[in-house]
Amino acid sequence: MNSETDDYLDGNAAGGELSNIFTIDVTAAKGQCAHCGAMKRFAEAHLYMQAPGLVARCCVCQHVLLRLVNVRERVFLDLGGMTCLILDTSQLLRSGR
Amino acid sequence: MWRVGTVIALHDETATARTITLEIPDWPGHVAGQHVDVRLTASDGYSAVRSYSIASAPNAERRVEITVERLPDGEVSPYLTQELAVSDRLELRGPIGGWFVWRPEQTEPIQLVAGGSGIVPLMAMIRSRAATGSTATFRLLYSVREPGAVLYRDELQALSDQDSSVNITYAYTRSAPRDWPRPPGRINAALIEQTTWPSNLSPTSYVCGPTSFVESASRLLTAIGNNPDKIRTERFGPTGERQ
Repeated sequence: MNSETDDYLDGNAAGGELSNIFTIDVTAAKGQCAHCGAMKRFAEAHLYMQAPGLVARCCVCQHVLLRLVNVRERVFLDLGGMTCLILDTSQLLRSGR
Repeated sequence: MWRVGTVIALHDETATARTITLEIPDWPGHVAGQHVDVRLTASDGYSAVRSYSIASAPNAERRVEITVERLPDGEVSPYLTQELAVSDRLELRGPIGGWFVWRPEQTEPIQLVAGGSGIVPLMAMIRSRAATGSTATFRLLYSVREPGAVLYRDELQALSDQDSSVNITYAYTRSAPRDWPRPPGRINAALIEQTTWPSNLSPTSYVCGPTSFVESASRLLTAIGNNPDKIRTERFGPTGERQ
């Protein structure tokens, strides 16, 4: 096992935390990296959970896409590493919302 | 949003893995491949959240099964596999995830690749396929430490015996049955080439396991010509204490 390459999970593991904020599932959303321009599913991002919050990095260039920290009653969400996030609203139709 | 589920059954799959069946009155239904977050809260208010894949197929009974592998140094899994009892209640968030999912509408060949307890969400897909009468052809490559660590062994055997459209290959990493054709070892290029769908059939692949396993399996699938956009992955590891 190589600690440099094995210490991350992926965007799927952030789905629960992000469901507190977003009505639509973010793991299936496509996000564009602000650094390299890659357009990937958020589920494919590399997720680091060792920090006091969550850090998602681009699976192509490792640039930070998202940071999320919970501090008591507040959530700090930094999406500055993504220039665009495309969410699938058909889920809302399916669940009747 | 946190929901409360009641434990209605417990079943030991192996010496270290237990399946927990929960009944959740306000469960909205799920899709095979999704997971739930489980929250345990101690009397002093300290709480720990862990993600577990759903093992059961979508059903009308608002039941959810998760299979939890006990980790020696785990904070949550020893409680779930050793102390939790029938009629206890658990706090859950979910269903979670809309990408690592298989839906019965999918008709293309499906390649499942499991590393250890990465079999759990893939089992939900196999069960969902059977429950909906789907005719999609499934192949499963299941990399597992030793025969005694195989989850859902009898059910997998029965499913593949009944239906030639579900094909299973076991790849043992530490010890194999005596007459096993392949010596124990990690999955490699030859095994991927011999046992997975040819890439010209454009299968959709689902790979789930520890991060290092997922990286290597998806690299090998890509190397034999599979389109990376058709390989969906889910990683778990010590930080997420998945399964």
